Amino acid sequence: MCGIVGLFLKDKALEPQLGAMLSQMLVSLSDRGPDSAGIAIYGAPSRNEAKITIQSPRPERDFRGLDAELTKALGVPVSVMVKSTHAVIRTTPEKVDAARETIQSLRPDIRIMGAGEAVEIYKEVGLPEAVVDRFDIRGMTGTHGIGHTRMATESAVTTMGAHPFSTGADQCLVHNGSLSNHNNVRRELVREGMTFETENDTEVAAAYLSSQMAHGKNLGEALEGTLSDLDGFFTFVVGTKNGFGVVRDPIACKPAVMAETDQYVAFGSEYRALTKLPGIDNARVWEPEPATVYFWEH
Amino acid sequence: MPATKLSTAAASDHASRVFDLDQMSLRELNQALHNLMPGSNETAWEVLNPKGSHSVAVGVDQPVSIDVRGSVGYYCGGMNSGSAITVHGSAGPGVGENMMSGSITVKGDASQYAGATGKGGLLVIEGNASSRCGISMKGIDIVVHGNIGHMSAFMAQSGNLVVLGDAGDALGDSIYEARLFVRGKVDSLGADCIAKEMRPEHLELLQGLLDRAGVTGVKPSEFKRYGSARTLYNFNIDNADAY
Repeated sequence: MCGIVGLFLKDKALEPQLGAMLSQMLVSLSDRGPDSAGIAIYGAPSRNEAKITIQSPRPERDFRGLDAELTKALGVPVSVMVKSTHAVIRTTPEKVDAARETIQSLRPDIRIMGAGEAVEIYKEVGLPEAVVDRFDIRGMTGTHGIGHTRMATESAVTTMGAHPFSTGADQCLVHNGSLSNHNNVRRELVREGMTFETENDTEVAAAYLSSQMAHGKNLGEALEGTLSDLDGFFTFVVGTKNGFGVVRDPIACKPAVMAETDQYVAFGSEYRALTKLPGIDNARVWEPEPATVYFWEH
Repeated sequence: MPATKLSTAAASDHASRVFDLDQMSLRELNQALHNLMPGSNETAWEVLNPKGSHSVAVGVDQPVSIDVRGSVGYYCGGMNSGSAITVHGSAGPGVGENMMSGSITVKGDASQYAGATGKGGLLVIEGNASSRCGISMKGIDIVVHGNIGHMSAFMAQSGNLVVLGDAGDALGDSIYEARLFVRGKVDSLGADCIAKEMRPEHLELLQGLLDRAGVTGVKPSEFKRYGSARTLYNFNIDNADAY
């Protein structure tokens, strides 16, 4: 099964409620996947700041003093905001790659969930309710976001096996379905120099999109590519710094429903994820067509 | 899907029983429906605030009317036997799956596999239906006012599927004996499904279905009939590529 949600706000007035809306949508789909849950939220990007979301199985040990050590090693101010097992590191955009390397050498147990100017990613094993409470997602502001509640089929129930998967700056993806050619695609991407954290099929889809966009395609073109290059069942919902996209495979047996109003575009695996959104009674509600790319950008 | 105020009006002399799913559980609703005995006076039911709930009014086996005010999730009216269910909203996957008799009317759209494996009764979708409408239908009648998606009537065995709009790819793939009537265009036909002649008995049958589904202003002669070419009934090695 798995449950996925996405919300792309057009109306700035709703931005303070993004976390609460997305959390409610995700919690409503809890019984589609009890294994893990995750959410990616895009805040307003700041030109002079980059964010790296990190996770540690032992946050007390790994996060203590990290800000001072990173500031010293990188020679620029670095802040670390801790949220349970996750922390968001803020630094200057030029220092992102150096910061990633330094984090890995200073604290080898830390996992990097994602990085970019806008995105923050929180994911853990457990039900959506527990995950959104743990990271206080309901209180978060943002422009758009995606979420996932997982019923594991392709790989282990671990924090890193949870969605969203992020393999490029400000890019992330959630997936309902299963891919059958992920091992081949992974090998090709590894040959290109991409690295993988898990055996998960969804991480391959995320890396595939990152690779396509690194080759100059826009999000829509990259999503078109999944239809010919990825085999299996999928509904993908993806986020970029300023964009939001949806695509289903040509068989389209995984459920999907979308709603659009003047205020937002919303995606849910089921209609019940959308029922509490403002103005849903008058929204345009439809099922995305198979093998058809939908995307919106700010 | 506008919210509806609590209503006690009913078509009969008896007040309708109102179940508000904001106040009561789905299990309570379905148990109350299953507790109905033959000859019960509780013939009119109203369900408020379904909000996409799964399995609303499944397994009802008495001739009551059930008005659902809003949109439902998976399997609404599944296994229905004799009741008349109206969804005043849209329906999720599997509405009327394995219906035996009675009727289900969806005022909005229906998601995937509407009426799947249905053995009898009438399913009317006033909006559009999605992929696999009537998959493996076994005697049910389905009337869709709008369009249907790809792979509809896959392995359909008997019954009638009437579509006033268009049909997606692979209509009637591996069909047995169901009759498919489509008024609009068909993107493509599936294996062993062919267009067939509309004989007088088909025009008469179709008129009856349109009447039962409340369709007016549409003539049976506007439809094309599709059905099985019957070349895949028994395995023949010469047809191996067609399966």
